[in-house]
Amino acid sequence: MDSLQIYLILAAILFSLGIFAVITRRNAIAVLMGIELILNAANLNFIAFARFGGMNITGHIFALFVIVLAVAEVAVALAIIINIYQNFNSINVDEAQQLKQ
Amino acid sequence: MINIVFWFFVAMTVVAAFAVVLSKNLVYAAVSLLVTFLGVASMYVFLWADFMAGTQVMIYIGGILILILFGIMLTHKIASVRVSHANVQRGVGAIVVLALFTGLVWMINISPWINEPSIEPVQTVETIGTLLMTDYLLPFEVASVLLLGALIGAAVLARKDD
Repeated sequence: MDSLQIYLILAAILFSLGIFAVITRRNAIAVLMGIELILNAANLNFIAFARFGGMNITGHIFALFVIVLAVAEVAVALAIIINIYQNFNSINVDEAQQLKQ
Repeated sequence: MINIVFWFFVAMTVVAAFAVVLSKNLVYAAVSLLVTFLGVASMYVFLWADFMAGTQVMIYIGGILILILFGIMLTHKIASVRVSHANVQRGVGAIVVLALFTGLVWMINISPWINEPSIEPVQTVETIGTLLMTDYLLPFEVASVLLLGALIGAAVLARKDD
C-alpha cells in the first residue's frame, strides 16, 4: 500500500470501466454513472500523486475543484435527461437524435 | 492487519465498479456506485487525504448519488416498467477497453516514477483552507459563480413549461 503503482492501476481499472459504461450503455443515466467513475479515477490519480510527490496539497485542491465541477455537471445533465424523457418518453441515447421533434 | 484492510477496500472498489458497469438493473448499478465511491474515499484515507475523504463521502454519496437516484425515479415508471436497459456492442467495447487498459498498465509499469519521501501530516484541512484563501482565491470564487449558474440553469431546464 506504500507504492504509487497500486493506486495508479486501481485508477486505470476505474477509468477503463467508466469508458466501457460510456460506450456500451444506452441509458443516459448509466452513461452518467460511467462519467462519474472516470472523474473518480482522475481524482484518485491527483491524490496519489500528491501523496507520493512529497505530500503536495495542491493536488488536493485540484481534486476538490474536480468534485465541484462534477456536482454542477450532474445537476445540469439530469435536468437535460429529464427534458429528453419528457420529449421522447425514453432516455435511450440512440433514440434521442434530434434536438426537437 | 492494515494490509488486509487495504486489499479488502481495493477488492470492494473493483468488484463494485464492475457491478456498476455490468448490472442489468439500474438501481443496483446506482447502489454499486455508492460502494465504489466509498471504496475511493477509503483510498483517500490511505493516501493521508482526510479532508478529501470526507468531501468524497459528503458530496458524492450524499449529493450526486441521491441526484442520480432521483433521476432514475423521475425517468422510469418504477411501479409498472422494470428498471433495466440494454447494452450494445459489448464485445467490441470490451476489446477497445481492454486494449486501453493494457496500454495504461504498460505505461504505468515502464515509467520511472519519482517517490519523494514525505511525512504524514496531522491534518490537511488547515493547509487546504489557507491555499484556498490565498493562491487559489480566484478559482474558488469562480467555482461559486459556476455553482450558482448550474443551480439556476438546472432549475430552469427541469421545469415543465406552463
